[in-house]
Amino acid sequence: MSELKGIYALWYREFKVFLRERSRIVSSIINPILWLLIIGGGIGSAVSFSGINYQTFIFPGVLIQTVLFSSVFFGVYIVWDKKIDFLKEVLVAPISRTSVFVGKIIGGSTDTLIQIVILLTIGYIFVSSGIMTGLNFNIISIITSLAFLLVTTAGMVSIGLIIGSQMESPEGFQLIGSFLIFPLFFLSGALFPISNLPPWLAPLVFINPITYAVDGIRGILVGVSNFNVAFDFAIITIFSIIMISIGSYAFKKMKI
Amino acid sequence: MHIIETKNLTKKYKEITAVDNLNLKINEGEIFGLLGPNGAGKTTTLLMFTTLKQPTSGTAKVNNFDIIKQPDKVRKSIGIVFQDPSSDDILTGYENLKLHGLLYDMPNDLQERRIKEVLELVDLTDRKNDLVKKYSGGMRRRLELARGLMHHPKILFLDEPTLGLDPQSRDHIWNYIEKLARDEKITIIITTHYMDEADKLCDRLAIIDHGKIVVLGTPKKLKKDLGGDIIRLKAKNLNIEMLNKLKYVKKVDRCNGEVCLTVKDANKHLQEILKVVGKVESVEIRSPTLDDVFLHYTGRAIREDSPEGGWAERAMHVRSNR
Repeated sequence: MSELKGIYALWYREFKVFLRERSRIVSSIINPILWLLIIGGGIGSAVSFSGINYQTFIFPGVLIQTVLFSSVFFGVYIVWDKKIDFLKEVLVAPISRTSVFVGKIIGGSTDTLIQIVILLTIGYIFVSSGIMTGLNFNIISIITSLAFLLVTTAGMVSIGLIIGSQMESPEGFQLIGSFLIFPLFFLSGALFPISNLPPWLAPLVFINPITYAVDGIRGILVGVSNFNVAFDFAIITIFSIIMISIGSYAFKKMKI
Repeated sequence: MHIIETKNLTKKYKEITAVDNLNLKINEGEIFGLLGPNGAGKTTTLLMFTTLKQPTSGTAKVNNFDIIKQPDKVRKSIGIVFQDPSSDDILTGYENLKLHGLLYDMPNDLQERRIKEVLELVDLTDRKNDLVKKYSGGMRRRLELARGLMHHPKILFLDEPTLGLDPQSRDHIWNYIEKLARDEKITIIITTHYMDEADKLCDRLAIIDHGKIVVLGTPKKLKKDLGGDIIRLKAKNLNIEMLNKLKYVKKVDRCNGEVCLTVKDANKHLQEILKVVGKVESVEIRSPTLDDVFLHYTGRAIREDSPEGGWAERAMHVRSNR
């Protein structure tokens, strides 16, 4: 009981802070829209893949991009908590470190989930107003893609928290975070189809767990995928479980 | 009964022994001070008492619970106000306290009642719905003090409670601490650099240096043990050797181009001392303060900066290490 309450406490804090940092929400929404309208619209005017408009093609990739940035960079907050003594205040409370970690994951995932829901809504508006075509929006497709995104988010928040638990300075976190996010994003097939890649590129794309998240969501929302959607889901779930396990271990060992 | 009892408590880092076979007993209900220069091991000791750091060897009992074997029970018995700000400044004062209540599994009605009580205690009731960002340094400290008390701890740890505050805020915080010790009947353990603070608040104090207790006692006794009053002399060509020969001169120190003597019954012997030293530019007699006690036991050499300092110091330390 007390552990659950502790988890709720951490979530409560993250959520309140998220709601108060409006600039974070605004920028997290504006960026993907720019990608969709400018990159998607610009490249889309000349390019289409197997009859699918480029804008539509990258929509799942833009969703994942939001997940990557918002989730991983959530970890920087733990570095700030460390810089002041707030982290100590939490760690000295009579709850286990696992609960602290779980609370952080739920907090970070909530933040990301809210942004994702807003993006899906924008996508829906674009589709119904004719700006984008060919996206498959119905209750089932929305719920299944949310499940995909949520699992991916939990794994990525864990990665952010693992980095955060090891770092002493926010600048250092920024550096490592970017080093990680950009390859994960560019090598995920978010921006190009992965069926005919040159031999040097293909292995890099196929060992990237994010590839399977993008592929799965594309399968659900656009109707084209390289792999079976269930297979995609299995891969990303295993990946997230591994990351959560490493994360909770890293939290137990975290020095203050 | 001892509320805290340590047994050869030791903490070693790679090369340094931060806390060295510490044996200390703290009585229930007292205000106890841990004093010492930078890097003496005060904060490390506190972090071990609060289970945030594991001792290398030895152990301690806090509220009769072992800090290694029963950390959860120890945590439930203590409250702590950390050296650096530890409240979230994007939350309001009330929200910070609510967060604390949740973390300590307080029942809802008790939580609300205590929030009201502790806010009143530190005079922050009017500001409870303001973001902590908008608080002054002193208000933020008061909020953290209130928070440390909220769950009725048996022992409250205060790590440098007035570091960086203006004299008004310090005076305020001191009053609260004294009020607490009286009204809530808890044991309070303070680390501080400020000797006036220790003198005013502490029932007993220990001066720690290089991880060991150098001396322990009541402020009054420590001052008395210096063996006399302080005479401060300013003069050219002082005959220090002659001074050292006088029986009632306990100690001769050079400080800032002047000479400080520790003299038994200074009023009685001033005439003779002046005769020995000859012409002086100025003379000052005063009773010893805790500053004198501190310098007597820890010496006058300036300590190397250690990362144990304040927030800014530590941040700079991190930077310079990169």
